Amino acid sequence: MSGTAEKGGGNLLRSLDYSVLQQCMHCGMCLPACPTYVETLRERSSPRGRIAMMRAIADGDLETSRVFAEEMYFCLGCLACQTACPAGVDYATLIEQSRAQVEASGVLDRGQRRLVRTLLLRWVFTSRRRIKLLAKALYLFQRSGLRRVVRASGLLWLLPAKLRDLEPLTPEIQSTFTRRLYEQRYRSLNPTSPRFRVGVLSGCVQDIAFSHVNADTIAVLQVNGCEVILPEAQQCCGSLHAHNGDLASARDLARANIDAFSTEEGGVDAIIVNAGGCGSHLRHYDRLLADDVEYAGRAAAWSQKVRDICEFLVEIDFRPPPASPDADVLRVTYHESCHLKHGQGVSAQPRRILESIPGVELTELAEADWCCGSAGIYNITQPEMSMKLLDRKMGHIGDIRPQVVATGNPGCVIQIEHGLRLKGLSARVQHPVSLLAAAYERSRVEAAQRDFSPESLIVEGS
Amino acid sequence: MDSAVLSQFRSIIGDDQVLDSAEDLSVYAYDGTATLRVAPACVLLPETVQQVAAIMTVAHSQRLPVITRGSGTGLAGGAVPVEGGIVLCLVRMDRIIEVDEANLAMVVEPGVITQRVADAAAAAGLFYPPDPGSIKISTIGGNVANNSGGLRGLKYGVTRDYVMALQVVLADGQILNTGTKCVKDVAGFTLKDLFIGSEGTLGVITSINLKLIPPPAAKQTMIAHFESMTDAARTVSEIIRHKIIPCTLEFLDRVTIGCVEEYVAIGLPLDVEALLLIEVDGHPAEVAEQAAEIERLAGEHGAREVRRAHSEEEATRLASARRTAFSALARLAPTVVLEDVTVPRSELARMVSHIAQVSERYGVKIGTFGHMGDGNLHPTFLTDERDAREMGRVEQAMREVFEFAVELGGTITGEHGVGLAKKPFLPAAIGPVAMDITRRLKADFDPEGILNPGKIFD
Ligand SMILES: Cc1cc2nc3c(=O)[nH]c(=O)nc-3n(C[C@H](O)[C@H](O)[C@H](O)COP(=O)(O)OP(=O)(O)OC[C@H]3O[C@@H](n4cnc5c(N)ncnc54)[C@H](O)[C@@H]3O)c2cc1C
Ligand code: SF4
Ligand code: SF4
Repeated sequence: MSGTAEKGGGNLLRSLDYSVLQQCMHCGMCLPACPTYVETLRERSSPRGRIAMMRAIADGDLETSRVFAEEMYFCLGCLACQTACPAGVDYATLIEQSRAQVEASGVLDRGQRRLVRTLLLRWVFTSRRRIKLLAKALYLFQRSGLRRVVRASGLLWLLPAKLRDLEPLTPEIQSTFTRRLYEQRYRSLNPTSPRFRVGVLSGCVQDIAFSHVNADTIAVLQVNGCEVILPEAQQCCGSLHAHNGDLASARDLARANIDAFSTEEGGVDAIIVNAGGCGSHLRHYDRLLADDVEYAGRAAAWSQKVRDICEFLVEIDFRPPPASPDADVLRVTYHESCHLKHGQGVSAQPRRILESIPGVELTELAEADWCCGSAGIYNITQPEMSMKLLDRKMGHIGDIRPQVVATGNPGCVIQIEHGLRLKGLSARVQHPVSLLAAAYERSRVEAAQRDFSPESLIVEGS
Repeated sequence: MDSAVLSQFRSIIGDDQVLDSAEDLSVYAYDGTATLRVAPACVLLPETVQQVAAIMTVAHSQRLPVITRGSGTGLAGGAVPVEGGIVLCLVRMDRIIEVDEANLAMVVEPGVITQRVADAAAAAGLFYPPDPGSIKISTIGGNVANNSGGLRGLKYGVTRDYVMALQVVLADGQILNTGTKCVKDVAGFTLKDLFIGSEGTLGVITSINLKLIPPPAAKQTMIAHFESMTDAARTVSEIIRHKIIPCTLEFLDRVTIGCVEEYVAIGLPLDVEALLLIEVDGHPAEVAEQAAEIERLAGEHGAREVRRAHSEEEATRLASARRTAFSALARLAPTVVLEDVTVPRSELARMVSHIAQVSERYGVKIGTFGHMGDGNLHPTFLTDERDAREMGRVEQAMREVFEFAVELGGTITGEHGVGLAKKPFLPAAIGPVAMDITRRLKADFDPEGILNPGKIFD
């Protein structure tokens, strides 16, 4: 067969427990849930078709070809198929293994792609220091006025189309990252006799572009009686690596995080994540490190402790806020992050939280759990399909015109904000905990005002 | 495949709708049936009836086998290709042409997903009852070609009962229109009926005129728990004997309940031997009366508990749990082979206990569920296709189940069709006269034998 390669000799799909592949009985029940199938109506772009190709490769009937490789990256990795599958197929493992197989075979290798991959996966995203450094540079570019000059000058047109389209998708970098916020404000607010001791994962994108969401996460945990710690040595969760065929780096990062959280004195009751994509991956450290003699046991214990912030709040019976976050009624809708819903099964909890907030009027979004096209770095690698999905999402949002689109994953926030701008829709995008934190904050201010209001003074004085 | 022929196809439907890469061919090698896999020579995805007719003209002149395909969820191997064959996949012909509220009818292309048919009818305040377990993904063309049943078959019948007219492209590319929008029509033979259930062997269905009905005003869903399978079967017979026709009367055994609950987690009891899912619909007063009567009958025949669904949402959850039964059984074994035997309803208890005996005698695990109200059971064999010895035992066990069904006055397939899976058993089930007529009809419609060759009979 032309253009195929099996470099490195190994066949990672063959090394996979065959029962994982055989679990799919090709009934097709997942097809209507798969965004790439519904858009293309091609069997090979369906979960059933993808698994059939994986199995054919494991059986030696098909080679790890370029067509196969491209199909593996055309898959969003949204895991909607996994939720839909009655047979319990573990698609997450299959797609990770397949992408690793693609990378091992080298069929997609071209100078530029390899360089970018090595730079990002092996160098930038394996070190928090380098991530922050890059973020600082980006921040300076965005705030110094340089960006305005660049945008106005038309210089962007010198970039290849893919990169040029990317520019509006770069998130606004925050001036202060999570660690500094924590040290400056929150560490001292930890309750003195806490109900739980929890560790918060600050994430990469969340940390540099949405550090306020991390701050809100810490704040709501504290309001609910949790002592929050933020382990210094924590790293990127490694989902970017695992989803892009670099399982070795993913394993290194997993081990580093397990170490970082366990060296904290006394350990933690739960590991809290507020980004759907990271959480879904963190929960699977057990699977990722299953063959690691030293870490397998610790990874299993770790996976037991990982909680999405909304899930955890509901689990510990969070305090409903007495006040509303805004003076007026807020029309809110909820978009489900794929990896929160399909990767972690967290779907009712964020809605429970939103419904508990006074003044919030929650309207269901049609196809709330249909991928928005963000899908990690999918909007960069597959802009065309990504835009189709974004259009579909915007159509539904346009139908109900909410003031706030609440969602629990930074990738979705960036993508949906981008879509809203393109369509000229005026909603803002927020994490559910940010609305909750705002409601708690207003409750606190109102209570303080009540306590110190002139009337209360008069009553006391009379 | 011959490149000149391929380029003819490309000029008919466009380059990107002709697939022939090794990868594409490997993913159209199967349908929903276990263990069957044959890669075709090419896959064509036409969008219009003219394109289908042009493709058939070429295929006919070249004597190329054509395997029509919808979503490939069939369970008898009907859409599994033959070597050198063309897969004609109709999923792109997915327009709803018209919802005719005045005549209670709907015209659709064959690639429309069954669920969309039901939704479009509901949006017009009407009702399309046939609801196969695969409703969310099966195509209406596939439903017609297999004359599919569903969970509501007991009261509302099967796909055939809702087909008023068909447009069919014949083997040589001619276009046949058969049937009208009229409720009464005796102009000539009712040719449309020949194509319903013909499994792609007589023609390619390109347009379907469906009958719709007014929806029932009320419904009530119930679940009855039993500690013995025979009690459940007897309850079914009793309900029917009391002249109550529920719209749904579905059955799950212990093995199936466990798998379904693992998937949907809706609190099904795990310690019972059998569970009946019952739905009555109609006028509110009638519904209330029938529900009470069913509760009484179930109680008298050993039901441990009868639980009513409290909301529409709960009812839907229960029904969709039942729909996934077959796929959910795959949690227990790598290969699941399901049967589709149907017996007269009075014989259900005997059939059910025979299946249990067979399972024990051959040492193969069987999960059974099905449309008990129709007498249509799906004993599902849980096995591993890589274990040749066990597969041998499975085959023998299946044969015994078939033979017993026929002995009881039943049939080898209630709704999935014959395809490849039941082909060896057809002659015994329908007899030599029917086989002869079937062959003659086929020869007449398809003299070159290019339409889904090797399916139903040789
Ligand atoms: C989980 C599950 C549950 C199911 N539940 C039920 C059920 O409750 N009741 C039931 O009856 N079936 C059920 N089925 C079987 C199957 O879904 C039905 O037979 C369905 O009608 C097949 O539709 P399809 O579009 O997938 O057809 P395919 O599998 O693609 O094709 C089926 C047959 O029809 C032919 N065909 C398809 N389209 C056309 C056309 N336009 N013109 C001519 N021939 C055509 C094919 O050649 C083939 O022989 C179930 C299947 C699964 C996987
Ligand atoms: S992944 Fe699951 S739902 Fe999809 S075809 Fe396979 S078994 Fe069926
Ligand atoms: S992960 Fe998403 S895109 Fe990929 S096969 Fe599953 S449903 Fe389709």
